[in-house]
Amino acid sequence: MITAGVIGSSGVVDVLIDPLRYEFVRHALVVCAFAGGLCGLLGVFVTLKGMSYIGHGLSHAIFGGAAICAAIGLNFFVGAGIWGMATGLGVSRVTRRKLIAADAAIGVITTASFAFGIALLGLYSRVKQSIEATVFGSVLGVSTTDVLVIIGVTIATVVVVVAYYRPLLFTTFDSDVAEVSGVRTERIDALLMLLLCGAILTSMKVLGVTLIAAALVVPPVIARMLTNSFSRMLWLSSAIGAGSGLVGMYLSYHLDISSGATIVLVNFVIFAGVFAVTGPRALRRTAMAANAANAAAVGTGPAAPAAPAGAELSLEPRIGRV
Amino acid sequence: MTTTLPTPLLTLSGVSCHYGHEAVLEAIDFEVSGGGFTGIVGPSGSGKTTLLRTLLGTVTPTTGTVNRADGLRIGYVPQVETINWSFPVTVAEVVLMARPQRPFAPWATTRERAEVADILERLGIGALGRRHIRELSGGQQQRVFIARALLGDPHLLIMDEPTSGVDVRTRHEVIHMLADLNTKGLAMVLSTHDLNGIATHLPNIVCLNKRIMGEGSPRDVLTAEVLEQTYGAPMDVLEHAGMPIIVDRASDWADVIALRTSA
Repeated sequence: MITAGVIGSSGVVDVLIDPLRYEFVRHALVVCAFAGGLCGLLGVFVTLKGMSYIGHGLSHAIFGGAAICAAIGLNFFVGAGIWGMATGLGVSRVTRRKLIAADAAIGVITTASFAFGIALLGLYSRVKQSIEATVFGSVLGVSTTDVLVIIGVTIATVVVVVAYYRPLLFTTFDSDVAEVSGVRTERIDALLMLLLCGAILTSMKVLGVTLIAAALVVPPVIARMLTNSFSRMLWLSSAIGAGSGLVGMYLSYHLDISSGATIVLVNFVIFAGVFAVTGPRALRRTAMAANAANAAAVGTGPAAPAAPAGAELSLEPRIGRV
Repeated sequence: MTTTLPTPLLTLSGVSCHYGHEAVLEAIDFEVSGGGFTGIVGPSGSGKTTLLRTLLGTVTPTTGTVNRADGLRIGYVPQVETINWSFPVTVAEVVLMARPQRPFAPWATTRERAEVADILERLGIGALGRRHIRELSGGQQQRVFIARALLGDPHLLIMDEPTSGVDVRTRHEVIHMLADLNTKGLAMVLSTHDLNGIATHLPNIVCLNKRIMGEGSPRDVLTAEVLEQTYGAPMDVLEHAGMPIIVDRASDWADVIALRTSA
């Protein structure tokens, strides 16, 4: 952990400038801001598809891959990336077949991978040290390469989201009709998993396996409480994520607390503030969106019924199809 | 303007579909003619959705052939129950989803905006483009998804239970709008559970229970015999204002009626 004794005279400028004397802090600030923004961006798709648990699951699955990489001396990004991608595609395939709900598929597949990583820890003691940093997140080992990798992954992700904005939106909103309309939804889902794996791999170092899920879920939830527009939700969520990453990293430095924890706590403070202003009604629509997506994913039930606002006609209560 | 295609638009010949070992559709021969309007009725699990999906091309038959006219464009309107009404999306954004293939185009072009506005105007919801989909009435919501299908300039519109779960007034609104579109030359196939509210008003009906039990005009097909074969329950067909009305056979409800009268 970082000692906060270097803070000199009071003042906001000192609080902001002082940490920048250290190269590793500068690196960590960049990585945390980009990691927050990247997770916030992809988290919009994840939460609207009713797969909020995927971040938690994939990070744990990648932990299994990371353990194998460390054990056999393979590059972390290559090995854990392949492992995470395979797990993500497995989840996606099981979910698309609508046999079980997305959260159950994630639970089954990713916990098995996590357990595999734990088992490797027991077998190879030399693996243990590098894995612990992965579990809890640390800014101490952030290198220039890590900075360049996360900037590259973020730029690539933004380019892909802009390039495939329409099929991504359609597939997230209504995968079945998107497929009928000529969108290759299986490829779009695979693309999303690929982006998600890239985001988790590059963010895991500073956020940690255990807290990365919050960075994927909380900013989109806050953004959903603030807007009814998909495009606005995308940039709002990214901005909230990036801001939380930056503020969280500063707090981590000054309070001597792990970066993952402070970033998530900043997210939560923003959530609490927005909730206080917008009230439970705004929160309810995020919950309904997730529930509806989950119901649609397993084909079990109706989406949230329409609530006409000042309309001349109304829908009767809808009954799920047998 | 939609170009006219040679009719039939779609032909199913000897089509059977299976999920695992279970047959969902058996030996289906069916044609969709240009400008036609067909309703598919049948009990739950009778294969209506599978038949629609076979027409759409998302289900591949186990046996049989599906022939589509060259250049056939199909619009699809899903059941409103499958829509995620809390999704952060406006009416105009939903309609624009009909143009999913343009890369690097998160925002609509001026031309696309004009097309969306025009189609919303034609369906009587021109002022609602910026509204969130949840803020609309049932009939307006159905129109949004029909607008999305129409933006693709289809020759054929396929609808999965377009009046499921809506009130009587909305049902009237939707069926009149569909009739209007059909008179302008758009072919339609829809599935419905609503025999009296929808099926009896259509020019052509298919009674389906894995096999086609009957096809033709409501007067020819909606007979007690065909309905019992299709639904496995006895029904009577009455007549009102020159149209068939389907009712449950009174003798089948004798025990229930006895309960009511004794109470």
